[in-house]
Amino acid sequence: MATTIQPPEIEQTETPLDGGKSGGGGLPGSGPMDPKLRAVDDPSPEPSRTGIWVGLAAITMSFAAFTSALVVRQSTANDWRHLRIPSIVFVNTLVLLASGATLEVARRRVAAFVRSKVGRRSVPLFWLWATLLLGLVFVAGQYGAWFELRAQGLYLATNPNSSFFYVLTAMHALHVLGGLGGLARVIYKLSTPVLTLRRSTMDATSYYWHFMGILWLYLLWVVWMKL
Amino acid sequence: MGKLFAVIVTVIALLSAIPIVTHRWYGSGISLAPPEDISTHGHAIDEQLSETMMEAGLSFLAAQLVLAFFVWKSAERKGEIKTFPGGAKGLVIAALVLVGTEMLALGVLGQKAWANVYFKPAAPDALQVQAQAGQFAFYFRYPGADGKFGALHPDKIDEGNSNFFGLDPANDVDSRDDIVTGELAIPVNREVHLLMHAKDVGHSFYVRELRIQQDFVPGLDLSVHFTATKVGRYEIVCTQLCGLGHYNMKAYLNVLSQPDFDAWLKQKASEQ
Amino acid sequence: MSDGPAHAVQHHTPPTGFIRKYVFSLDHKVIGLQYYGLALVAVFIGMALSWLMRIHLVWPNAPIPGLQLLSKTGAPGGVMTPEYYLSLLTMHGTLMVFFVLTNAPFAAFGNYFLPIQIGAEDMAFPRFNMMSFWTTFLAFCILVLAFFVPDGPPIAGWTAYAPLSAVGSDAGPGEGLGQTLWGLSIFVFCIASLLGSLNFIATTLDLRTKGMTLSRMPISTWAWFITSCISLLAFAVLLPACLLLILDRLAGTSFFIPAGLVVSDHLQPHSGGSPLLWQHLFWFFGHPEVYIAILPAMGIVSHVLINSMRRPLLSHKVIIYCMMGIGFLSYMVWGHHMFVSGMNPFSSLVFSFPTLMITIPATIMTLIWMGSLYGSKLRITAASLFALGFLSMFVSGGVSGFFLAQPSIDIYLHATYFVVGHFHMVMGVAAIFGVFAGTYFWFPKMTGHMMNQSLGRLHFWLTFIGTYCIFMPFHYLGLAGNVRRYSAFVDDFLVPLIPVHRFITIAALLTGAAQLIFLYNLIHSRFRGAPAPANPWECTSLEWTMPSPPPFDNFGGKHPVVYHDPYQYGVKSSTGDYLMQDSPEQAGA
Repeated sequence: MATTIQPPEIEQTETPLDGGKSGGGGLPGSGPMDPKLRAVDDPSPEPSRTGIWVGLAAITMSFAAFTSALVVRQSTANDWRHLRIPSIVFVNTLVLLASGATLEVARRRVAAFVRSKVGRRSVPLFWLWATLLLGLVFVAGQYGAWFELRAQGLYLATNPNSSFFYVLTAMHALHVLGGLGGLARVIYKLSTPVLTLRRSTMDATSYYWHFMGILWLYLLWVVWMKL
Repeated sequence: MGKLFAVIVTVIALLSAIPIVTHRWYGSGISLAPPEDISTHGHAIDEQLSETMMEAGLSFLAAQLVLAFFVWKSAERKGEIKTFPGGAKGLVIAALVLVGTEMLALGVLGQKAWANVYFKPAAPDALQVQAQAGQFAFYFRYPGADGKFGALHPDKIDEGNSNFFGLDPANDVDSRDDIVTGELAIPVNREVHLLMHAKDVGHSFYVRELRIQQDFVPGLDLSVHFTATKVGRYEIVCTQLCGLGHYNMKAYLNVLSQPDFDAWLKQKASEQ
Repeated sequence: MSDGPAHAVQHHTPPTGFIRKYVFSLDHKVIGLQYYGLALVAVFIGMALSWLMRIHLVWPNAPIPGLQLLSKTGAPGGVMTPEYYLSLLTMHGTLMVFFVLTNAPFAAFGNYFLPIQIGAEDMAFPRFNMMSFWTTFLAFCILVLAFFVPDGPPIAGWTAYAPLSAVGSDAGPGEGLGQTLWGLSIFVFCIASLLGSLNFIATTLDLRTKGMTLSRMPISTWAWFITSCISLLAFAVLLPACLLLILDRLAGTSFFIPAGLVVSDHLQPHSGGSPLLWQHLFWFFGHPEVYIAILPAMGIVSHVLINSMRRPLLSHKVIIYCMMGIGFLSYMVWGHHMFVSGMNPFSSLVFSFPTLMITIPATIMTLIWMGSLYGSKLRITAASLFALGFLSMFVSGGVSGFFLAQPSIDIYLHATYFVVGHFHMVMGVAAIFGVFAGTYFWFPKMTGHMMNQSLGRLHFWLTFIGTYCIFMPFHYLGLAGNVRRYSAFVDDFLVPLIPVHRFITIAALLTGAAQLIFLYNLIHSRFRGAPAPANPWECTSLEWTMPSPPPFDNFGGKHPVVYHDPYQYGVKSSTGDYLMQDSPEQAGA
């Protein structure tokens, strides 16, 4: 990894050259000051910071819909057969939690890198790669859980419990894959000769990733209690 | 141009009201009124309907005429802008009070009419009939002398041999005297408890004269109960989209006097 | 997916190649026009389908020339089969609801004008924006593909009730591949809508220019913003529902299919599913969807009306609160579509009250619009006529809601033409009137050419009278007990009503033909219309501060500063009776 680039560049991309271009920022002192004007020194909001929360709201809603479908389906007929949760799922859970930790380290190292405390770009990159790897291990592990389930003779259409298990894990894994895409992007942007990574991108990616962890804990609870 | 708009809106509003008031399509004999109610619970629904019609109709006319009037007055107007007396506050209060109470009243009244139909369980001595809806026909089943319905076996359904319900008379004693028909005959002035069963997809049971509409939902044991008060022959139609023959899926409701009904049932029993 | 904040705050240079400029464009204005174009194509297909259906209903045995070319099996010799009627019905509903009523007032105009009205250069995530259009386009292609599969398009209606929609080709023609394509199309559409909504929300929250506080946003912007919040949560529920439906169809799961169904003499290999689950999930989306169609129209109409009246509404805030209230209530009322579906009867009453309560914000809005007309200096243009037409339509379609909100009356009116009349007026025609108002109002800005006003007015009169002639009688038919979704009227009590249907069909043919005037006006004005000045309507909001059409980055690299509430009309200023939002001038009394 190249390590010759001066860190402060990352901050330059943070601040738009012209403050007035961003929402809420402001050209100081132009025109009569109306008390209703937004404060001149409003920090310029980064859309990805808002966007990520909005996106997470939509994902939450989707999984809420899956959950309510599950509850309704459980009460509809007496064909609810609890399944033995594949043991690998618990390993996967630990892996995903570990990836959250490595990403958090990476995020802080990126911040430190920016503040020149750690002059080496390879340090955050290492933790990012670790996160990416753990994420891949998690997805592969979930795939392994499917194999365990198949060994039990439980396929997608065998009973409602197995259907929901496959659907919930698949949907979650798809979202995790999306997160991996985001991580890959962060890694790419941190690796280019001229730094293009924005702090907000890093933050949005890690919020998303942590949300995937929380979502998985929730799903694990659902699987544990219901399926 | 604004005046033209006002005139057209007024004309449309008045013309729209005519069929509602006369219950006829303009200048023809085509009746647009709901047919005469033949059920014990239907009058509450009808009252609710006409009550709502009054309120909705008046709101409709008032709103359209006021719209027409305001457009007439203000189109291409010269002079100063005037503000509606009372402003937004007045209008908000008016809406809250007028519409709020009106809606609450309708809601509460409507609750009564609804409760009549759905919150009272069927009387224990009501005539039990099972209705089965399938693509694209209704069948009806009477429990016969033993008063018990035989169990249903979907795998035994065989339309070629007229086993529409999937009965198993060979092994199931209860089903041997079950009477299966293609029309729903019921005695007048006696409560009927209709047990609803869907054979394939969703269907619905709609008799306009009875003021009854209830979906058949596959997998759900639904039922409705009603009392018909007038002898006659009425159409039962399907109102839930069920496939290509949906438009043609119907049966007849035959409301008979008690002696006629007994005779009819006896005759059907002998035909089984 | 989490990633990808496009650099909206960075100044970007216009693309030069044709593809980047007009096809895979990141420019919100181009994307808005693409949405508009797609909606235009969809609306004409949908309208043609409704023509075919109306003709078949009243002349069931008359061959329709050329129809056999569309489908040999569906229309042998040009005479429509009952199943083909249902196919057309399904496609009409799906095209109109998703690709017209969701796309035109919300995605098309919202994309074009939301960023401009808040003083932004572009959407927050231009790449997502482009993806959301092309995903929508993909969904459209998948849906239209269903016309050309051997079995024909699906026949389960736009609501696709399970198990008819879930058990596969046993349920009838079109329920094979056609229905699968339908599910896939809606699934893809959901993704597109989620991306679009996310973008709208982030843009509104983050990219407002200096001085553009939330309360200074025009009502149209508010409407798009609230709609995007509704749409985000609604489509997030339809998406899982479609996935489960597709799995039931293709993978043999039993989410919606109960045990023991015998369809076409085949015992179905499913057990334990719940058809009502589909209805709950669908209508949880489906009812908010109604407001996704109507709220943007309300916003556009308010915007146009205020400009034409030369005065602000009696209250800006109340209108916004009402829209929020409607959006909020829209999530609590889905059960009113299911009064006769076998829900617990108590639930029906529970759903009935919030449904009736929606009348209150709707009435307040109507009263404020009308109260604002009083004493105004209303300018009559094609745009303002359609806005006024919207008011009339909204009232007419709204009052029939009084009936359907009450479970007891719904027993009689459910699944009759009364319902068809109700939602066509309040959701279909009213929203389309909003689109027409928006088109006549903003066309000069979007294309740089004025539209022909005389043709526009003619279009209005024909459409206004025509739609009343079509949809008012639907209510009468419903009161007489005329069941909907029938491909022919063979029942004893329906046969006498056919003359009314004949009247409706003729009205529909004429009204549909009148839309060709609009199409002609659109195309002709685009190329031959008089050049449009920057602010032909003397309007105050930011989109009128720039040349027509707006340059690539909207404000030419500069950023407007907003000094006023959006609707400074009826004031004394150097420009006349109005003051632009970005004018530092103080209004005289």
